[in-house]
Amino acid sequence: MKKLLTSTAVMLALALPAAAQDYAPDPAARPGGSITITYKDDVATLDPAIGYDWQNWSMIKSLYDGLMDYIPGTTTLRPGLAESYEISEDGLTYTFKLRAGVKFHNGREMTAEDVKYSLDRVTNPATQSPGAGFFGAIAGFDMAGDGGLSGVEVVDPLTLRITLSRPDATFLHVMALNFASVVPKEAVDAAGADFGKKPVGTGAYTLAEWTLGQRLVFEKNADYWRPGVPFLDSIVFEVGQEPVVALLRLQNGEVDLPGDGIPPAKFNEVMADPAQAARVVQGGQLQTGYITLNVTTPPFDKLEVRKAVNMAINKERITQIINGRAIPATQPLPPSMPGYTEGYAGYPFDPEGARALLAEAGLADGFETELYVMNTDPNPRIAQAIQQDLAAIGITANIQNLAQANVIEAGGAGTAPMIWSGGMAWIADFPDPSNFYGPILGCAGAAPGGWNWSKFCDEALDAKAVAADSMFDPAMAAERLKAWSDVYMGVMEQAPWVPVFNEERYTMKSERMGGEDALYVDPVSIPVNYDYVWVKE
Amino acid sequence: MAAYLLRRLAQSALILLGVSFITFFLLYVLPADPVRQIAGRSATPETVENIRQQLGLDRPFAVQYARYLGALAQGDMGRSYLQKTEVAELILSRLPATLLLMAGAIFFELLLGLTMGIVAALRRGRAVDQVLMVTSFVTVSAPQFVVSLLLLYVFAVKLGWFPIGGYGTFAHLVLPAITLGILGSGWYARMMRSSMIDVLRADYIRTARAKGLTRGRIVLRHALPNAILPVIAMIGIDIGIFMGGIVVVESVFGWPGIGQLAWQAIQRVDIPIIMGVTLVSAAAIVLGNLIADLIAPFIDPRIRLR
Repeated sequence: MKKLLTSTAVMLALALPAAAQDYAPDPAARPGGSITITYKDDVATLDPAIGYDWQNWSMIKSLYDGLMDYIPGTTTLRPGLAESYEISEDGLTYTFKLRAGVKFHNGREMTAEDVKYSLDRVTNPATQSPGAGFFGAIAGFDMAGDGGLSGVEVVDPLTLRITLSRPDATFLHVMALNFASVVPKEAVDAAGADFGKKPVGTGAYTLAEWTLGQRLVFEKNADYWRPGVPFLDSIVFEVGQEPVVALLRLQNGEVDLPGDGIPPAKFNEVMADPAQAARVVQGGQLQTGYITLNVTTPPFDKLEVRKAVNMAINKERITQIINGRAIPATQPLPPSMPGYTEGYAGYPFDPEGARALLAEAGLADGFETELYVMNTDPNPRIAQAIQQDLAAIGITANIQNLAQANVIEAGGAGTAPMIWSGGMAWIADFPDPSNFYGPILGCAGAAPGGWNWSKFCDEALDAKAVAADSMFDPAMAAERLKAWSDVYMGVMEQAPWVPVFNEERYTMKSERMGGEDALYVDPVSIPVNYDYVWVKE
Repeated sequence: MAAYLLRRLAQSALILLGVSFITFFLLYVLPADPVRQIAGRSATPETVENIRQQLGLDRPFAVQYARYLGALAQGDMGRSYLQKTEVAELILSRLPATLLLMAGAIFFELLLGLTMGIVAALRRGRAVDQVLMVTSFVTVSAPQFVVSLLLLYVFAVKLGWFPIGGYGTFAHLVLPAITLGILGSGWYARMMRSSMIDVLRADYIRTARAKGLTRGRIVLRHALPNAILPVIAMIGIDIGIFMGGIVVVESVFGWPGIGQLAWQAIQRVDIPIIMGVTLVSAAAIVLGNLIADLIAPFIDPRIRLR
């Protein structure tokens, strides 16, 4: 606490020059060329306030920019449309200095008015943005409407001041979210509800063609404000393509990147062929697959029972079901997330010990319960493995195999005693430990309809989380991560989840694709960072 | 005729009204909340309530349904909850591909199915008949995904005769249409066979044979037109099935039909799209049946429309 007081006493003026944190693209990279990428599902929208899908996430990143951005292939923040920023000593005021001369795709110069308009728009209830909640710390958020956010003020055309109602250490990450992308008002007004189909931003690519349900073509934005990028002249996205067929087309040289990765059924075959295996790219993912144990439903209200379930699950075997494309998890945070607790082994796999704990809880004969699971492969198979592990300690888990929306509904309503999260598992919105707490383990998410399916609510841990997120001073980053590590260790002590595995991402690229591997499994521009990849020929 | 048509059209409208009510009701009672899908996992309860209110999903069922019908009567199918695009536009953009695949698939279904059915009927009880009927049974029960992938793998990947999925040229159409043709031909074969056998037993066929007509002439000129009647009725139903979309074949061949649109909408509880596709395919079934009934008198003059 003493340290906190001393550090806030100094004025925080961080005028970061853009060059200081810049990224050097591959020196061998050459401009030009076109690539083809496939996706199974259609692209619903390219409106950055609305888009929240696997396939449109990185597309939106390449069409738009926000004030903040990440160094490609990493989780390190760098300035985007902001050239520099200053944080006031109480951590409540952020002053962003904007880059001059940045142009929208329609040719107009971007100003602070546009940034304010974009933040007002995403938080306006009429926009129905799924990301509105991320901006909750901005002053006036609760009254957001057609009048805009009172906490966002235009100082001059290139200066924007944002006032927060509470310190928020994650605020710069929030400014790097797709939802904080800057859009021009006139284009939004002109397109109306169809803006998602007629996107205009400041990003590295522009939308050149969109044939509904078939394909989208992005073209290079020749006026892009970051010098030298993007490299590609165009990108063709073909949608509605089965992953297995996408792989066949990749093998035939028609496709450069399968957007949905290597299909599980083909994984062993690809890895067995050295020529293909050499083009496979592997990367960590900010994802955790877990089983939720509803602490409001007996007998999961007993800590011994929750611990017993944690000890009963053979995580190694479950990772084998998905061809070993995951590592067993010990805690809610994935290993590549800052704040991950190194050296914590988690609950051991110990069916004997588990049975003893059940006996302690007065359930020596076991009990019957329900395990909810989403009905797409491999989730039902994983649920069966969990079922067998539970049977070994006397628990009879009946599997409820349902469509995603129905599982989410049951989870939110609190009617599901156990849920295997596969297919709906948490993937971080931004690389910060706080993103794994509030909605899925905190009291706020435990409200009816929330995503905290364990209905776990520990006021003391919530208070610790709030305290951690008040440490906005970058000098306290390490201390903050320690605080978050403590929060998750506190969660593990109460065992509302069984963390099962952290999925690794495996994707493939064609022979001609260039650029470092990290770009193809970018932790933020999921799944691919289109701005920095290039083609060889 | 005009009175008949009017009556049938009125009946069709009633059927569609019934379909719309049942679908809307099922979506209403379904334990999956469309607002949750729109609001996303990080939404606050206020956001969720606000979206529910804006979409009118907080209103009683009767009000919601009346509103939907009211808009529909004015030709407004609404906007997709998640794509925010007009449902009519989304369906229209998928229509050309759907109609093309439907035409191709029905062509191959009839070509294969009718040939198999006629041959089996003429060789009734013999080895050819048995082989054909077993084949038809295999095709109707074959898994779509496996057959599609198999054909794609052999004829597109290995032999390179056709493109590996996609849409645009005639070559793109051949494989998915043949796949559907093979999968659907069994129904037609069985129906054609039994219908043909019935007709071949009829007195007038015996008369024709007694007159000394050639076998080919008897089959094609006298038996076929009568035997084909129930088959035509089946095409009407088939049209409806194809208009509803063939999810698996479409996704394997990357065919941008209505099936993909419907499937994704169902996953995400995008009610306006689900309603739109259901109504369009129901309308196609009703219309297909109506057209089949209208054509029947031209093939068999004994049939009178009343």
